[in-house]
Amino acid sequence: MSTFAAITISGLALGAVYFLVASGLSLIYGLMGVLNFAHGAFLTVGAFAGWALAVHLSAAGGGAGWVLTAIAAACAGAAVAALTELLLIRPLYGRPVGQILVTIGLDLALVGLLLGAFGSSSRAIPVPAWLSGVTAVGAERIPNGDFVALGTGLATLAALTWFLRQTRYGLIIRAGAENRDMVRALGIDVGRAFTLVFTIGGAAAGLAGLLNAVVFNSALTDPGQGDELLIFAFIVVVIGGLGSIAGSAAAALLVGLVQVYVGFYAGTGASLAQLSNISVVLLLVVVLLVRPRGLLGRAA
Amino acid sequence: MTATPAAAVIEAQDLNVSIGGSHILQDVSLAVPKGGVTALIGRNGVGKTTTLRALIGLAPSTGSRTMAGQDVTGWPVHRIIRLGVGYVPEDRDVFTRLTVKENLRLAQTARNAGYDRVYRLFPELDQRGRQLAGTLSGGQQQMLAIARVLLHSKPLLLVDEPTKGLSPRYVTQVVEVLKEVSQTETILLVEQNVHVVRELASRVIVLDHGQVVHTGDAADLDSDAARRLLGVSL
Repeated sequence: MSTFAAITISGLALGAVYFLVASGLSLIYGLMGVLNFAHGAFLTVGAFAGWALAVHLSAAGGGAGWVLTAIAAACAGAAVAALTELLLIRPLYGRPVGQILVTIGLDLALVGLLLGAFGSSSRAIPVPAWLSGVTAVGAERIPNGDFVALGTGLATLAALTWFLRQTRYGLIIRAGAENRDMVRALGIDVGRAFTLVFTIGGAAAGLAGLLNAVVFNSALTDPGQGDELLIFAFIVVVIGGLGSIAGSAAAALLVGLVQVYVGFYAGTGASLAQLSNISVVLLLVVVLLVRPRGLLGRAA
Repeated sequence: MTATPAAAVIEAQDLNVSIGGSHILQDVSLAVPKGGVTALIGRNGVGKTTTLRALIGLAPSTGSRTMAGQDVTGWPVHRIIRLGVGYVPEDRDVFTRLTVKENLRLAQTARNAGYDRVYRLFPELDQRGRQLAGTLSGGQQQMLAIARVLLHSKPLLLVDEPTKGLSPRYVTQVVEVLKEVSQTETILLVEQNVHVVRELASRVIVLDHGQVVHTGDAADLDSDAARRLLGVSL
């Protein structure tokens, strides 16, 4: 296996993490029209919940311990997201500016709470040896974390696709993204779908927080982790097309690949390292100029 | 004040709707008696569609609404609908990115849905089940919009301009379907086509400038009244 193939896997894995964050953002915007700036905080809460359980389980045991840790991260993200929708977003239906302000405020408050409780220093998440190890593929050594991230992203995409295509709530969400009032006029309580979408988005974000820390941040998490990733997730959602899950998946992989390729080939100097981030912004600009509604977004 | 028929399926008192600074409905009071078709008519822009939307809570309004004897004022839309209202909106509002079957499945709220009835009335929908609703013609979309509310038996159907923009073939089909449905369900019909109104409705409520200006039997809507209230000749 060539070096190019190895960094491609790394880029796809990074894209998978972006997809986990962006899918929730995209679903929430698609159905509810809410730009959720607290999504980064859901991610951080998930990572900290994973860290807390992994420490408790003593190095996350083996595979079962890691699975429990991942479930805890997803559940924590889901719980915070569900409470956010029920307590803060629901009273602000039809008031988009209020929703934006309250999600920004919540993000600041949650990050502040985590800073107050745990300080600003990074926390090391104990991971099992197999997860921090590498697998030799030909001459290259691929981190096992890349495979886990990629597998989780693909599984999430498959599960979301199945949910949206095959279940009644999926049908409600797809219809609600097109015309919420008409869904209500069929006697359907769209509010439940709103809560469910927030919960699903929060679960994916929580899982992304844990994976991002473990795979791309040397198993370290800190309260600022979510907000850093959120910026890229927003870029992914815009490139993919607001409200499109398939678009988010394609854009996430594209952004991950561009970031990793540029990061690898631009060199390792401090200023050159920023090129990978700048390249993502340039990609956003190009996509918006060529296709303003994003890769798979629908015309307004 | 409108006199309340003995068995009103839905009733509104002093409905007021203001949107963007325009006072669209002004103290509208009406009652729809059980059975048959009541037509809500008037010139363009007098508030007919807004009245339907306000009755089910889709347009924010003041005033009171009663359905099947229950005060539903302030209820969310889905709760009012679940009391037994079917709503066919003016622009059909089918879900264009869902298939015909998915549109119907979305409207199915219980196991015993009347697909047989729907497909008997609109055989085309059965043949086009896998087609995206957005690719249907206007007439086919209207069929789908009506079919959605016929999956379950509902005491009241609110049907807004069902023949608007349709070819004569589909107008005939829609009228026949509504005629059959009105044998078992009450229909409040908004319609611009006076000939359709005369064919279907037994009672009319006329709106003008956001107010009810006439209520009575459709048969009494003679040429003079139609010209005066609707601006059309019969």
